[in-house]
Amino acid sequence: MSAAALRRLTLRVLELAGVLFIVSVGVFSLVVLLPGDPAVDILGAGRPPSEYAELRHDMGLDQPLHTRYFDWLGGVLTGDLGRSVVPPQSEVSDRVVSALPVSAEIAVLGLLIALLIAVPLAMWSAYREGGIADRIIGAGTFAVLSVPSFLAGLLLVMVMVNSLGWFPRSEWVRIGDGDLLGNLHHAFLPALTVALVELAMFARVLRGDLIVTLREDFILAARAKGMSPLRILFSDALRPSSFSLVTLLGLSLGRLIGSTVIVEYLFSLPGMGSLVVNAANQGDYPMVQGAVLTIAVIYVVINAGIDFSYGYLDPRTRRVHV
Amino acid sequence: MSEIAPRTRTALAPPVVVATALAVAGLVLLVFGATTPVLIAPAKAAIALLGIGLFLNGASRVGKALAGPGFDVLFWASAAWLVLLALAIVFVDWLPLGEDRDVAATVTEPVFGIPTFTGTHPLGTNGSGLDLLARSLYGARSSLLISLTAVVVGTIVGGLIGIVAGYFRKAVDRVVGMATNSLLAVPPLILLIALATVLEPRLRNVALSLSLLTIPGMVRLSRATTVAYANREFVTAARAMGAKRSRIMARELLPNVLLPIMSLAVVMISVLIVAEASLSFLGLGIQPPEPTWGNMIAEGEGDVFEAHPHIVLVPGAFLFLTVFAFNIVGEKARQRWDSRSVKL
Amino acid sequence: MGLPERETVTSAPVPLLQATDVATVFRTPRGAMRAVDGVSLSLARGETLGIVGESGSGKSVLGRTLMGLITDGPETSVTGSVLLGGNDVHALTPAGRRTLWGTEVAMVFQDPMTSLNPVKKIGRHLSESVRLHLGLSRAESRDRAVDLLCQVGIPEPARRAGQYPHELSGGMRQRVVIAMALACGPRLLIADEPTTALDVTVQKQILDLLQSLGEELRMATILISHDLGTIAGRTDRVAVMYAGRLVEHARTAEVFDNPRHPYSRALIASIPHLDLSPHTLLPAIEGRPPNLLNPPAGCRFAPRCVVATDLCTTQSPALTGRAGDDTGGAVACHHPLGAAKEATV
Repeated sequence: MSAAALRRLTLRVLELAGVLFIVSVGVFSLVVLLPGDPAVDILGAGRPPSEYAELRHDMGLDQPLHTRYFDWLGGVLTGDLGRSVVPPQSEVSDRVVSALPVSAEIAVLGLLIALLIAVPLAMWSAYREGGIADRIIGAGTFAVLSVPSFLAGLLLVMVMVNSLGWFPRSEWVRIGDGDLLGNLHHAFLPALTVALVELAMFARVLRGDLIVTLREDFILAARAKGMSPLRILFSDALRPSSFSLVTLLGLSLGRLIGSTVIVEYLFSLPGMGSLVVNAANQGDYPMVQGAVLTIAVIYVVINAGIDFSYGYLDPRTRRVHV
Repeated sequence: MSEIAPRTRTALAPPVVVATALAVAGLVLLVFGATTPVLIAPAKAAIALLGIGLFLNGASRVGKALAGPGFDVLFWASAAWLVLLALAIVFVDWLPLGEDRDVAATVTEPVFGIPTFTGTHPLGTNGSGLDLLARSLYGARSSLLISLTAVVVGTIVGGLIGIVAGYFRKAVDRVVGMATNSLLAVPPLILLIALATVLEPRLRNVALSLSLLTIPGMVRLSRATTVAYANREFVTAARAMGAKRSRIMARELLPNVLLPIMSLAVVMISVLIVAEASLSFLGLGIQPPEPTWGNMIAEGEGDVFEAHPHIVLVPGAFLFLTVFAFNIVGEKARQRWDSRSVKL
Repeated sequence: MGLPERETVTSAPVPLLQATDVATVFRTPRGAMRAVDGVSLSLARGETLGIVGESGSGKSVLGRTLMGLITDGPETSVTGSVLLGGNDVHALTPAGRRTLWGTEVAMVFQDPMTSLNPVKKIGRHLSESVRLHLGLSRAESRDRAVDLLCQVGIPEPARRAGQYPHELSGGMRQRVVIAMALACGPRLLIADEPTTALDVTVQKQILDLLQSLGEELRMATILISHDLGTIAGRTDRVAVMYAGRLVEHARTAEVFDNPRHPYSRALIASIPHLDLSPHTLLPAIEGRPPNLLNPPAGCRFAPRCVVATDLCTTQSPALTGRAGDDTGGAVACHHPLGAAKEATV
């Protein structure tokens, strides 16, 4: 790696750190915006004032804000996200650690389903551009883009659970319990819900790029070599057509996290989404802070990773990095 | 070769008749499918969908014959729906609708009434006997009010910040860039949930939270457009004539930044409608009994939906049609004033 | 017309390529475009043929139709027959055609900048077709790729095989494209304007390479070009195309020495010669090629032709034997140049 590349990398990491610092300040200052007094919330009204004061002191609420921020940040950096203010007042980090795999599974599975469906759809559309299949896929994906994920989830439940009975209603089976098939059976419908909007987006963008690529001379050259259309689509056309898709992958990550949250709530899955929504409904701010910060860090890091993946896709840009 | 040559416009009279017949047949099918009592629900839905398809196809042919081949039936249908909805929202207080939020007034009304498209409850009633049409329209009012306010606030604030950052560059640009990146570092819905934890779920607060979602995109777009224009001759000329910086920004840059920003704003409306509905659905937006599409759909969670699908389908249809219409109109706006001509 | 009429120019009993009355029509929104209109030609093993014409004369479309890259479909109509080594290219199934591509016939494209996939290494461009057609293993195909690069004169072939197209110069890339076409030992190579996109200094190298490879591998070659100069001295025969039709067709020397068609003569006259004094204005052909959506009746060159008569604007001339040419040349003209003179001699 050259000195210039190293410098670029260092700058990027510094910028990342700066962004994360601002986010942590933002997340922390939720407390400032909080209406009411946490001590009253925890103990309930009507206690002697000394009890409230004591609790505030125990929670460090009587310290100045910046002291409280750095105390909190110190905790965060050592993996201590504080305690929930809602009974049973469990450790936030414990809850996050147990919820994270569920959300990750739904999101990853959803992304996989979206790609698995979107890539062939886009190829079919692009290969027969202007044909009936292309027009139906175009109209269908545009319509799907207008269906919010909670509505899509409810409709899927209506069809696949209530009418057809193909999938169980709820109750999550953890992967760790050894019942992988049962887990997938439960995870499929939520993941499909998450996948719907993404796959519509992916298919549309990839179709557009594929159509441009398929007009390239090197596609004609590949045909003249005797390659089959399917092989040309997968081995010649797909990779040069996937720049926008990868960019979109980064942009859609935020939406993906959002729909995962909604879908978890809808299917009552014990993931980050249910955690943060329930915490928000109960005003459990340490839980919300911990969950939001965790999600933001993951989000920022993945996006940075996507930035670096461009080099793999287009060797022409790799020269800059090497 | 003559058989391949395009048909001339004089031969159009019969197609118009066919197309009109097609459109009418589609409407008949739609009404039949929606109201017939003899068929099961999936069959009714299929007939209604077929009817919509036929109607759009016929209307498209009529439109193309009368207004030329550039006629886009989906765009006009979307515009018609939005205008209809806007009129209904404005006059909702004077429309002869059923009760929309006072449960005490509906003790005698039927609960879970099925949509009949006629009578006192054309779209049926919910579990408390409240009228779904009235609730959907009042829901539309708060939903559109919130989204439009948020878009307007976000566009103005984001657009101005972007122009300033793009014009001054250097430190201002870096600070703004950092702030934008930080705002983008939290996924949109998570940001909304975090804000909802601490803010009262009132119309103003929800609108302000939503406007935060629009600001980063607007800042980036208007900054990029400003940077692209700031070195053009007319700006240099204005500067050479001694114009003040504020005047250059307002008179020279703002008009050029306006169009791309407006087209992004139209696209953002549907995004914000979905975000608002999601928040309400999660119980973190406008609270019942005040109706919104999101909290109406949330009423159907669990077993209710199984037994009475229309509880979800009625507000769901309003939500879908509105988002779809804004998407179509937004697509048109984007094509017209392509915002991607500026590199972000 | 004292000479016996011959259908086509043939120099072997069983030709490698036999195209009969080929027509390629594109259905466009503005009407049918007859890009190739009734072309017949044949080619023997190891023979070289140049196809010359202005841009838009249909020569590239003809090349692609001969190969079967353009076939009958919803947007194009292809009529006539193309026999390639005994197979009717347009009667085969798509899969059947693909087995011919690379092994029987291969194509070199115009622009080496765009005819190589930017995300694939050079070696893979070559190895994938030998693996597909010749069934070689991964290691064998890698060796074959390096051999091929060596054969087309690329230095350090093993290193180049591991590089991406953007790391090579234009001339090098065109060598790769040629190697790609040679990979499975085709018996016919169609080179479609192989030097148009290259620097002048590189053009000659590439043409020489094509020529020597054709001789070395006993491979028939069709060299398509808008420039008669690139074809001079490199091909056995020349076919001159104008507005989708063959207008003259003969041994290369015959065409250059005794052009019979006014269009051929005009093309030859526009080739720059070193013996001309500086600043000599080269004669350009007046007018523009006809619109193929609505071609003129009669001879298509008539509107631009200096010797055109009323007959030319009403009746389309057929390809007939060239006067004084006993090697099977043909010309499509009502008033072939020099014919009267030859007849009197």
